[in-house]
Amino acid sequence: MAEKVLMKGNEAIAEAAIKAGCRLYFGYPITPQTEIAAYMAKRMPKIGGTFLQAESEVSAINMVYGVAGAGFRVMTSSSSPGISLKQEGISYIAGADLPALIVNVQRGGPGLGGIQPSQSDYFQATKGGGHGDYHLIVLAPASVQEMADLTIKAFDLADKYRVPTMLLADGTMGQMMEPVELPETTSEPVEKPWAVTGTKMQRKHNIINSLYLNPELLEKTNFERFERYKQIEQNEVMFEEYMMDDAEYCVVAFGIAARVSKNAVTAARRKGIKVGLIRPITLWPFPVDVLKKAADKVKGFVSVELSMGQMIEDIKLATECRRPVVLCNRSGGMIPTPEHVLETIENLAKENK
Amino acid sequence: MKVFEKPKALTDAPFHYCPGCTHGIIHRLVAEAIDELGIEGNTIGVAPVGCAVMAYDYFACDMVEAAHGRAPAIATGLKRAMPDNIIFTYQGDGDLASIGMAETVHAATRNENITIIFVNNAIYGMTGGQMAPTSLPGQVTQTSPYGRDLSNQGYPIRVSELLASLDGPEYIERVAVNNVKNVRNAKKAILKAFKNQTEKKGFSLIEVVSSCPTNWGMTPQKALEWVEEKMIPYYPLGVYKDRSAENKEEK
Amino acid sequence: MTTQILIAGFGGQGVLFAGKFIAYKGLVEGKELSWLPSYGPEMRGGTANCSVILSDEPVGSPIVSEPDVLMVMNLPSLDKYENAAVKGASIFVDSTLIGRKVVRDDVKAFYIPATQMAIDAGVPTLANMIMVGKMLKETGVLSFENTVETLKKIVSAKRAELLDMNIKALEAGYNYKG
Repeated sequence: MAEKVLMKGNEAIAEAAIKAGCRLYFGYPITPQTEIAAYMAKRMPKIGGTFLQAESEVSAINMVYGVAGAGFRVMTSSSSPGISLKQEGISYIAGADLPALIVNVQRGGPGLGGIQPSQSDYFQATKGGGHGDYHLIVLAPASVQEMADLTIKAFDLADKYRVPTMLLADGTMGQMMEPVELPETTSEPVEKPWAVTGTKMQRKHNIINSLYLNPELLEKTNFERFERYKQIEQNEVMFEEYMMDDAEYCVVAFGIAARVSKNAVTAARRKGIKVGLIRPITLWPFPVDVLKKAADKVKGFVSVELSMGQMIEDIKLATECRRPVVLCNRSGGMIPTPEHVLETIENLAKENK
Repeated sequence: MKVFEKPKALTDAPFHYCPGCTHGIIHRLVAEAIDELGIEGNTIGVAPVGCAVMAYDYFACDMVEAAHGRAPAIATGLKRAMPDNIIFTYQGDGDLASIGMAETVHAATRNENITIIFVNNAIYGMTGGQMAPTSLPGQVTQTSPYGRDLSNQGYPIRVSELLASLDGPEYIERVAVNNVKNVRNAKKAILKAFKNQTEKKGFSLIEVVSSCPTNWGMTPQKALEWVEEKMIPYYPLGVYKDRSAENKEEK
Repeated sequence: MTTQILIAGFGGQGVLFAGKFIAYKGLVEGKELSWLPSYGPEMRGGTANCSVILSDEPVGSPIVSEPDVLMVMNLPSLDKYENAAVKGASIFVDSTLIGRKVVRDDVKAFYIPATQMAIDAGVPTLANMIMVGKMLKETGVLSFENTVETLKKIVSAKRAELLDMNIKALEAGYNYKG
């Protein structure tokens, strides 16, 4: 077993990506994720990899598109405003069915917003972001260990399903240090016969493309892609349940909000309130079934978010609005305190005995 | 006896270009260069958004279709991943000099070892004849119906001169395809731009002054005359930068 | 057992480094832990703070809003966080830079003229580590053994002289009687 080391979340992403075989990184500086670029700038030249600071986020994501087309593991990272700029390229990558990793260490918005942690890109990440019919697999780490583990997972899923994946973190996750253990080896490389690496005059030319002027053909490719999405929804949902066995109330939170919520759940239990936590790890696919089942037994839900309330819509959809769902949130870079979450739980319990 | 034949680096797909369009000639010149250097199996082309958007169907090598203006960034990614492959982009004036200007300038200044074929016909063809960054002063287009007004729409961009002012790029040349002599020169330039890449010399861009009879509203013959009379005086042909040759002279 | 530590001061006083040392010391001793800095422009001259949590169980929220241990290195930080500390908390005050006393009487206050001591000892940038030395002594949250091993993880091998200076500062704080 590898030794535990202390790392910042951002650094853990970078090192895990290298462990996963990613040798090409393209990015552009933006707080609070710049440590990823800095780490790559230092490490890549020493291991024969490529670090390139692109002229813009738009260029960075298109460099990723090119490399992904050639079948290499490749990534970019940014924070909210930069991710907005990347949306064009993300849509093309999804449309051309290419695997790639995009990391979003979120900060407050809209606009230039702020630099403090946020989860207000939930809609953008899980509902599309760019134009057209597509999804990203969206993974939400809640510890530095998960920053590393889910980075590796994201590369594997991207290759398995030929889809772009997004690691949706936030400023706290990026900046905090925790002990982390990095695996020595990861998965075997996947065959990519579709990649553009040169025909070697031995096959018909491969084309990486998202253009279909014939609408019937475009519809067909979209239908096929959504068949793959169904597989992903069936096979790849990830979540954590905490104290849900006898829970009468359920907190739903991801990332840093889940960490804060755990403290609140512990405190509420001490006060005799039977409350548990469901932490989605995949935000897309969303853990619909576990929430549906929870709605059979709990009296209400609390959605804890660093946004004006975005995931709450998916909770209501998953539970078919059979139970009240209340919001406990802060916005703009503020973080709810455990006391704030506890108070919300207590009020919910009072009103739904 | 040598029989005229199609270059091997072109597929059998029939071109969709308008009658009299010079894209066909330029595609052929690119394919001939690929054939002559024997690099087809190792080459990856990047197609633009514009009239040449379907170029991925016409070149027999592996191809990537880019977003509008992003071809040099995609080519950068491909080249960084596979330094021993030959990477080229094929772009029009709107794609390269308007929406993709940042990608163009930065690929040039990094001296990315790629080849760019830049087709300048002073108009947006695919969308039906709108003003391009290279449309001439006074040129009438769908979006400059009273002629390009310099006080309102600014001046045309001379891409070769602009890029030649950078220290980065290896080779910049402007050619034309409006007559046999110019086509022969264009052929030589394009071949050199690919050869430079095989010799790892760096960024080579060939600007090809071209025509668009359909959107210029001219017969093909008249359009070629317009290239000679209007385009070439504004966009003079010649080598704007050849670093290897300059270095040789200095020695 | 969980200890929530908050360190606060001006940017440039080594607040984040002090937190890093405590975090690495925790790692060496096999604790669960988290280290969370304030970040952004305030790191460069404004106020800086850093949350460190040491625990025997996995750490929940990494944000310390009610510290068990508060280390303050300027007056604004004492003003801001004194009332946030839990009842019975240990508050460490750099008395060179902070003129007032802790007002609350339900906490343990320690006054260390750390900045002056650092100047006198010829390690003027290491008041932070003098504070850490005193904190380790008074709280016992971590041992005072293996400090060299810990420092080696955060001080560049190229700057070995810093290692000695840091140890000197830690010991000065640890042995300070006041």
